[in-house]
Amino acid sequence: MLNKIVPSLAAAVADIQDGSTILVGGFGNAGIPVELIDALIDQGAKDLTVVTNNAGSGRTDVAKLLATGRVRKIVCSYPRSAGSVVFEELFAAGKIELELVPQGTLSERMRAAGAGIGGFFTPTAAGTRLAEGKETRRIEGREYVLEKPLKGDVALIKAETADRWGNLTFRLAARNFAPTMAMAAALTVVQARKLVDLGGIDPEQVVTPGVFVDRVVEVSNPAPAGQA
Amino acid sequence: MTYKPLAREAIARRVALDVPDGAFVNLGIGLPTQVANYVPADREVIYHSENGILGMGPAPAKGQEDPDLINAGKQPVTLMPGASIFHHTDAFAMIRGGHIDLALLGAMQVGATGDLANWATGDEKFPPAVGGAMDLAAGAAGVWVLMEHTTKEGEPKILERCTYPLTAERVVDRIYTNLAVIDVTDEGLLVREMVPGLDFEELQKKTGARLRLANDWRQIPA
Repeated sequence: MLNKIVPSLAAAVADIQDGSTILVGGFGNAGIPVELIDALIDQGAKDLTVVTNNAGSGRTDVAKLLATGRVRKIVCSYPRSAGSVVFEELFAAGKIELELVPQGTLSERMRAAGAGIGGFFTPTAAGTRLAEGKETRRIEGREYVLEKPLKGDVALIKAETADRWGNLTFRLAARNFAPTMAMAAALTVVQARKLVDLGGIDPEQVVTPGVFVDRVVEVSNPAPAGQA
Repeated sequence: MTYKPLAREAIARRVALDVPDGAFVNLGIGLPTQVANYVPADREVIYHSENGILGMGPAPAKGQEDPDLINAGKQPVTLMPGASIFHHTDAFAMIRGGHIDLALLGAMQVGATGDLANWATGDEKFPPAVGGAMDLAAGAAGVWVLMEHTTKEGEPKILERCTYPLTAERVVDRIYTNLAVIDVTDEGLLVREMVPGLDFEELQKKTGARLRLANDWRQIPA
């Protein structure tokens, strides 16, 4: 029997290794898997690379993880936003490495990883300093930049509903990076607000098919992200 | 002659007159967001947000905010009837694939050939942040810039070549400033409109690139 549901947050993140690349869903404070991040902090893995759109705000969730000093590098598109105080302190002190990636390229690099694509040429960033050192090619008269896939060892995802096969739905714009990150990681761990029986999600409404998901844990009252 | 530069809201109001009926439009953070307030009521414009929304509506009433329903500027929004929700990769396929008709963007500088600089000043004191700016600039079918004509210190923001790091090369189609409406053409910058009372020589003095005045130029309508 295929059952991806695990009994606790601790069990969901138990074997995350030091040095892992962790994809963390969310955009702004929507879709951040707050409880899974807390569980990762308790679990204690260090020397992490975190891939997420924003570098956290306030003192909770992503910011709290950064504040532990266990994140060596962050890969994101917009690290400097309202309340990104923890990241800014670490960056100013030279205590965290930043790889800045245009938002659409960030997402497409993870899609490539999840879809078995070895890279792609995009017009985004052509002729800019974010293309420096990268292979470029003129295709039908336009300049494109070669971007490589971005794979995670682990993805931490927040969903609305899930079943034991790992089929997922999301809520509104909290969906954002989650379906792509779920594809792109070796181990995809999901916190879902509600677990349902098989068949409880209309097959036509499944957003992320369970094949992309490894573990599901129920978090019925998720905390808001980005708190002081 | 004396002239009065447009207020920021008036730039947004002027742009709104040109947004076509039925267009899919992405509004940048800041001044471009205000354009939605002034689009004529008889036009149906579908707003895209790169975090996965088409058919975005105005801000909700106080107390009706939903933390899962925000725009690219992380502000609470609503959905119009007919709206759709999708993931980030699709949101950017819409942009990069040329499916979004118009991106309305702010800018720090614009070059005479349509180069755009709107993400960094090169000041290393601050961590860089780019967000979706490069994807939008390179990908949207049309790119219109809204900005003040000069910096607060009076330095031109329209230049032969940008001095700030580029967001994208040769992408801007049209520039709306508080003084003029300027098209980026193969033959250079072409002034279509100026605020009442401003003469062309004065506009040229405030601009760091050579301008031409369209034969059929007109005053920006009040």
